[in-house]
Parts: sequence; structure tokens; C-alpha cells
Amino acid sequence: MSYVIEGRTGPWELVVGLEVHAQVISQSKLFSGASASYGGEPNTHVSLVDAGFPGMLPVINRECVAQAIRTGLGLEARINLESRFDRKNYFYADLPTGYQISQFTHPIVGEGAVEIELADGSIRTIGITRLHLEQDAGKSMHDQDPTRSFIDLNRAGVALMEIVSEPDIRTPEEAGAYLRKLRMILRYLGTCDGNMEEGSMRADVNVSVRKAGEPFRTRCEIKNVNSIRYVMQAIEIEAARQVEIWESGGSVDQETRLFDPARGETRSLRSKEDAHDYRYFPDPDLLPLVVEEAWVESLASFLPELPDAKRQRFQTEYGIPRYDAGVLVAEQATADFYETVARGRDPRLAANWVIGDFFAALNRTGRTIQDSPITADGLGGMLDLITDGTINGKIAKEVFEDMLETGESAAAVVERRGLRQVTDTGAIDAAVQSVLAANQDKLAEYRAGKDKLFGFFVGQVMKAMAGKGNPALVNEALKKVL
Amino acid sequence: MSLDPATVRRIARLARIGIDESDLQALQGELNGILGWIEQLNEVDIDGVEPMVGTGHAALRMRDDMVTDGDARDAVLSNAPDAAGPFYTVPKVVE
Repeated sequence: MSYVIEGRTGPWELVVGLEVHAQVISQSKLFSGASASYGGEPNTHVSLVDAGFPGMLPVINRECVAQAIRTGLGLEARINLESRFDRKNYFYADLPTGYQISQFTHPIVGEGAVEIELADGSIRTIGITRLHLEQDAGKSMHDQDPTRSFIDLNRAGVALMEIVSEPDIRTPEEAGAYLRKLRMILRYLGTCDGNMEEGSMRADVNVSVRKAGEPFRTRCEIKNVNSIRYVMQAIEIEAARQVEIWESGGSVDQETRLFDPARGETRSLRSKEDAHDYRYFPDPDLLPLVVEEAWVESLASFLPELPDAKRQRFQTEYGIPRYDAGVLVAEQATADFYETVARGRDPRLAANWVIGDFFAALNRTGRTIQDSPITADGLGGMLDLITDGTINGKIAKEVFEDMLETGESAAAVVERRGLRQVTDTGAIDAAVQSVLAANQDKLAEYRAGKDKLFGFFVGQVMKAMAGKGNPALVNEALKKVL
Repeated sequence: MSLDPATVRRIARLARIGIDESDLQALQGELNGILGWIEQLNEVDIDGVEPMVGTGHAALRMRDDMVTDGDARDAVLSNAPDAAGPFYTVPKVVE
């Protein structure tokens, strides 16, 4: 799907690369034994290492390294068996040491790729440049006091993975699809919860524009955008700003900017004008990080099935369309739910019910798959009743609503409300006769060639039988008489 | 390599060190002296020599992922010049 910005001087192309900061799921911090869990009373998840006390030395957390490797494997990326840590130097009140331990020249993960799917069904591959491990900073609060900022270091030193994409993204939609896909992969892997509201996944967005066929022009970096929707908006707004500058004869300065969603604009962050002068140097407290090939292989062997592979398997194993398979694998819990419903049953019928009525019901009642009153086995039990002819598809919807409300099994609902489908041909014939008798005019029209009325008669007979007639038998009986 | 006065000023700002214009020339001389001394290392031929990152061939030791530290707010805040309740405070920094 092509996306162009129509300027006064003709069309402009968009170039975007994303740096995603993903908080690693671990018990303790990257270089200290303090808790990495969210929340907690201020400054209680802090060790003297995190607070930058003199003489404190960092010791790396093996699980954080494992999580970075798992993520690298999930991104089909090269794992660097030897990597290094560097100090990224800058002064800020929530960074007690005056430097962030990061990986600059030798990251733990090298090039990889993420496949994204767009609304029109097209597929694109977005390159991953690298993934490295680094420390998070603490939190500053500016609204507690008129003259002071308050600092909480609970988050300082928690492990982050910075995942850098190639400048391969060409539309806001692709940026959104990339972030959603990345989040899905991280959640499947269990390496980051992907919760953008709580800040455990944040994006820095690099934007530039150019005329078709040109090399890259100067880019701006929009820092810390915290929702997928905002990333897409920020790209659009920033690209329009840059086109305007180029077209009026100016030039774009490479700078750090901030997205203000309330005003719908990006603004220069002058305070960050030295932001790219970090004077990196190797951290003398940390030896090179060397991981064994065998360890990487063992981590690889325990990786869960990832979304792309799962979608592929759903298509071939269950014979469901690519789109449906994509919807079902979006969350691991949904995929598991579907597989429980589909196992030993008609997988397409199962997919239709899960994606259709079941999702709609969750939306309507504000429930999640975890606290749904209808379990996978419960929904499966209902499908069994459809398949064995106990109820028809229309009654099934009624049964489903009842199950949703009462939490009873499908069989119990059918018994209690007497919804069993009527397969007794005598009863069906009787209903057919009474409908024809009551609709002599329509019958005449039908016989005069108005075939479409067949559906009307089916509807009337079903209505006469309170919806419980077996549709196939009703059709058959009607055809015979008509 | 030699540093001009503008670079010396910039390095000082990045390091948050205030310097007087009158000190600039002396500092420039000192820094250039240090750089010149270090540059002698360029005379050594290191073609084909692996970078040495420490003495002995050690790799980073890793620890298990367990919470073994923290929950020591009083110690953490003990040197804070102006703590407020559970927080450090600093002169207001607003973007």
C-alpha cells in the first residue's frame, strides 16, 4: 500500500525507523538483586548499586540475558556469543550514576526480521538492526512540590531490551502493524508484557521524508511515544511538518522532539540538544558477556510456537482461512481456547463460533477469555449438540446467550428450556400444512412461478415450530408439498 | 589530535563543570598534553592482536534471577541532602 504526502512540489515518501524499549520480564534487576516488579512503595525496590553508591559493582542477571536471547531467536536474529557493555553518559536526576549501562558497539543480538501483514492483505518484512540490553532509569515527579522534583528509583536498573528497526517503514499503518506484531512476539515469548500504558513498552520514532529515489534526508527523533495510535499520529504530523519546511526552502535539523497528542503537534526538546553526545566508553566494571552456543540452543529448544508458525499450522491443520487463523493467534490465550474447542470437532464451525458470537459476547460483557462464563469445553459441548442434530444453528444462538448468562452447560440449557430440535416428520408436515392453509395467496403466487417465496415458507414453518424444526427436514417437507 | 577552545568548552558543559573563560587556555593546554601523551600508544603495531579486555581470560560471571536486595529505603536515602518522605528531591527539573 503506497502512502505519499502530497506537497506543493509533488509527492513525498515517508521513511520511518522505530526504537522500541521493552521492559524485560524478570524477578530482579539487570545488575542488582533488587526487585524488578512494578509498583511498590517509592524507593523500596532499590539496592545501593541502583542508587549509585560509591564502590558498588554490577553483577549481571542470567535470566535477563536469557530473555534477550529468546527475543533475538523470536525475531529470527543473529545471537552474538560475545557482547559488551558500555557506559552512556548523561546527567539527569533519575540517573544516579550519571551513566546508563548499555551496549553500544557490541550488542547481544544482531540483524533479524519481522513480517507484518497490512489491511489489504499484503505482507512486508521489516528489518531488525539490533537488540541490546540496558538499564532503565528512575522516575521523576514534577507535580508534588512547587520548587522540587521528587525521585523514585524503583525502576532504576530494571532490564530493558532496546529493539532497533531498519528504516524500512513507509507508512503510519506499517508502523502500527510492526509494533503490534513485535508486541505479539514478545508476549508469546514471555520476555515482555508489552503493556504500553504502564510504560513497559515505549517507542522512539525516527521520521524523515524524501522524494522518490532520493537517499535519506535528515531525520528527527520523537521520544517516548506510549501508544500505537500516538505513534501513527506522530509520524503523520511530523512528516507533514518536514515537508512544509523543505518546500519553503528551509532544511530540517536533526533533533529530538516530543509528541503532544492534545495539541496534535511535535515540539523540539531543546533540553536534549546534547542528547546524542553520550561519550560512550566500555564499562570497566563489566567483562565481555560470553554465552555458550549450547546454552543458546537449549533456550531455542524451549521456545513456544510463535504467532506466524501457529497461524500457518492453524491454516493447514484446521483448514481455516488465513484471516481467521490470524485473528485466533493474536493472543496465545485465544489460540489455546480455539484449539480446545476445535479438537475432535469441526474446526471451521469452531472458528466461526469463537471469532463470531464468542468474541462479540466478550466485547459486549466486558469480559476476557480468562473470566468468560463460557469455557472452551462449554462452547465445544454446544457445538457437539449442533453436530449431532440435537439443536439447529439458530437455536444454538439462543442456547449460547443462555449459557453466557447462567454459566450452565449447553445440554442443561437445552433440557431446561425444551429446545431440542424437532426431527419428527409428522410434526413438521403438520406445521407445513397449517402454514400453507394460512397463506393461500402466497401459495398461488409461488405456483405461478415466484420461486423466491420458498424462503418465506421456510421462515413461516420455523416460526410455527418456535424455531426448533430441523432445517433440512423442513426444506425437504416443503419441497415435497410445493 | 588537538582540541580547540570551543571543544574544551563543550566537554566542560557535557561534564557539567563550570569554567571561566580565563581558564580556557590553560585547560586547553593541559588536555592537549594528556591527549598527546596517550597518542604515543598509536606507535605500537597491533595488527592481528585481539583486543585485551582484562587480565586473565575472564568472562562475565552471571547471577541467578532472585530478589536478594532492596527494601532498604533508609539506607538508600541516608545520604540524600533533602529527602521528602520516601523520595529523593532535587531542584525542580521541568522539560
